[in-house]
Amino acid sequence: MGKSPTLEFDSKWNLSPAPESTGHINLKEQYDLFIGGKWVKPASKKYFDTINPATEKVLAKVAEANEKDVNRAVLAARKAYNEVWSKLSAGERGKYIYRIARLIQERAREFSVIESMDGGKVIRESRDVDVPLAAAHFFYYAGWADKLKYAFPNRNPQPLGVAGQIIPWNFPLLMAAWKIAPALATGNTVVIKSAETTPLTLYKLAEVIESAGLPPGVVNIVSGAGETGAAIVNHPDVNKIAFTGSTGVGKIIQRAVVGTNKKTTLELGGKAANIVFEDAPLDQAVEGIINGIYFNQGHVCCAGSRLFIQESVKDTVLRKLRDRMESLIVGDPMDKNTDIGAINSKEQLGIIKKYIEVGKKEGATMYQNSCDLPKKGYWCRPTLFTNVSQSSRIVQEEIFGPVLAVQTFRTIDEVIAKANNSPYGLSAGVWTDKGSKIFNLTSQMKAGIVWANSYNKFDPTSPFGGYKESGFGREGGLHGLKPYLNL
Amino acid sequence: MGRVEIMKTYKIYIGGAFPRTESGRYYTPMNGEKALGNICLSSRKDVRNAVVAARVTHNKWAGKSAANRSQILYRIAEMLEGRKNQFIAELILQGSTKSQAAKEVIASVDRLIYYAGWCDKFSQVFSSVNPVASAHFNFTAPEPMGVVSIICKEESGLLGIVSAIAPVLAGGNTCVLLASEQRPLCAITFAEVLNSSDVPGGTVNILTGKRSELIEHMASHMDVNGFLYCGTDNEEINTVQQLAVENLKRVTISPLEDLLNEDHNTPYYIDDFVEMKTTWHPIEKIGATGSGY
Repeated sequence: MGKSPTLEFDSKWNLSPAPESTGHINLKEQYDLFIGGKWVKPASKKYFDTINPATEKVLAKVAEANEKDVNRAVLAARKAYNEVWSKLSAGERGKYIYRIARLIQERAREFSVIESMDGGKVIRESRDVDVPLAAAHFFYYAGWADKLKYAFPNRNPQPLGVAGQIIPWNFPLLMAAWKIAPALATGNTVVIKSAETTPLTLYKLAEVIESAGLPPGVVNIVSGAGETGAAIVNHPDVNKIAFTGSTGVGKIIQRAVVGTNKKTTLELGGKAANIVFEDAPLDQAVEGIINGIYFNQGHVCCAGSRLFIQESVKDTVLRKLRDRMESLIVGDPMDKNTDIGAINSKEQLGIIKKYIEVGKKEGATMYQNSCDLPKKGYWCRPTLFTNVSQSSRIVQEEIFGPVLAVQTFRTIDEVIAKANNSPYGLSAGVWTDKGSKIFNLTSQMKAGIVWANSYNKFDPTSPFGGYKESGFGREGGLHGLKPYLNL
Repeated sequence: MGRVEIMKTYKIYIGGAFPRTESGRYYTPMNGEKALGNICLSSRKDVRNAVVAARVTHNKWAGKSAANRSQILYRIAEMLEGRKNQFIAELILQGSTKSQAAKEVIASVDRLIYYAGWCDKFSQVFSSVNPVASAHFNFTAPEPMGVVSIICKEESGLLGIVSAIAPVLAGGNTCVLLASEQRPLCAITFAEVLNSSDVPGGTVNILTGKRSELIEHMASHMDVNGFLYCGTDNEEINTVQQLAVENLKRVTISPLEDLLNEDHNTPYYIDDFVEMKTTWHPIEKIGATGSGY
């Protein structure tokens, strides 16, 4: 007979480890390029390592596509466009896209595990957000393929041809879905490049595309860094460039297409205002703030990285926010209880750390959660700064990490002016229980997506894209068809 | 001895006023041997003043109800109709035949009426309520882009201006436009029409002068959101597109050929100068599990 257990309320109850198994996944040691329906060795003869940022272990070697490889991919896409894809009836085209959606659903677990291993994002998010949304995107756009005329009254929409697509490392599979699904539904063929640090799920998608029986060359997948992307952008036989990434690179791309007939969609950086009024449901607002900035380690272009709290509730909100931050679990992305996973790369961790130093040097007050961090891998505690000003660099510049800058305001006009005082305009958040105030704020925000009493929600039917230097064009929804069509 | 005629002084139009160019310079466009007048040779400073006026006025114009914007565009058409003969005379002075001039003026009035009607309708055509899977109400609707710079079509003195600005105004934008270099007369007379049509001063700002001097300043200005280039000069188009990148202005190149053609009556021209905004709000599910937030 042992001692009867006693309940302790004054110490932290730690959760037992709940790691997702990695035994069921299927990863090759080396990935070649997927061009014209075949796995081909790169003309560059070069491969680079992709590592798990939580363990720093190499996951696989991946081909680096050079100009010749990109040229091969564009030729394959052109051939497929001319000979097959443009001749197929729209309904049949849609059925292929439905197949891709179904196959992703069937292999959802493998996708989410590999996504978390390659990118450092927590399994809870890759399992509940990235992968199901990616499948839903294909499913949604599949149905548009034979209904395009209904989307554009009095027009006869026609595909552009070959779409060159370049995606970021923060949501690899999901961004691929955002790009490929509308391009195929509108009748274009695709050359897509994954991000340097997260190439794996795109090659898993290539396997899905193979087993879906998609005609060879309709989707071509390459990997590499900036030079590979440049080869796609500069290729004379590409009709459309869709890019998601930094505003800096977006501008380079936009300059590069001047004088050509290439259409562009740019989904670029952001520095979103998340505004909390005194009449907001504060507990929900705190959840929204946390989700707004710490979702996916803050590697989110629409992250709510500028928090504005009405002065009368500043102390309450900050207290609740710090308490909630303290409860966040940072660590193994594969553990189902982890809230914040690994920073995507050593390089990105360096950038985030630099900005944290900048914040301190500018005189801001820093608060971080006090959890232990794993010894190996790239980690950053959830961080917030108070005592910042509109001109602080951590308020003006996109950090792309779990760093929140907190400011206060007194009047509505003041917060509208402050929130809009940014070259970016991707998203915004507003928290208040007063309906008329919500609509005043949502209509005044110069931003493409405004979440009222919620944050970081995504859906295939919901158009996404920015104002001002956050880029142009929309992805998702009916409006996401237009950038891939001549009307 | 006949009466000494009063000659018209053509000035520019900024913020609802008719100043001379701050540069104090002028040029004299010709129709063959005949001088059309001494026209303001606007400067970079005039461009900047015009953008400031357009920005300051933007909230006022965009903040009007769509129905009100519609009535104001209709009012512009009314005023233009009433001054038809003056415009016909000016077009003839600039080289049009009498029948060409009459057609151009009538088409300009009709085009304004066409876009007046769209002001409170295009957002219904281009909006959507999005059936998201989560418990949220979600909709997407167009909003004005902001300040738009316009290089007007060189070959047309009046219809080129009207075809360019009507969709831009219908979308709720304010604008700064550079008139045709060799046919600038109607632009300034049209400013008088605007000025008596309840269009808030600063909504449309009209400059005259040389494209070669002003195009770079118009395309590089950091407080301009959109750019409409009406023409076909590839060198100018490249200049505009390169400079527009600095703050990612949305550039539309519109040759506006065959201006009388009704193909230029389309809400898709309005769509070129709006931003689509998507708004989310939770829906409370009474009796269901989970928070609506």
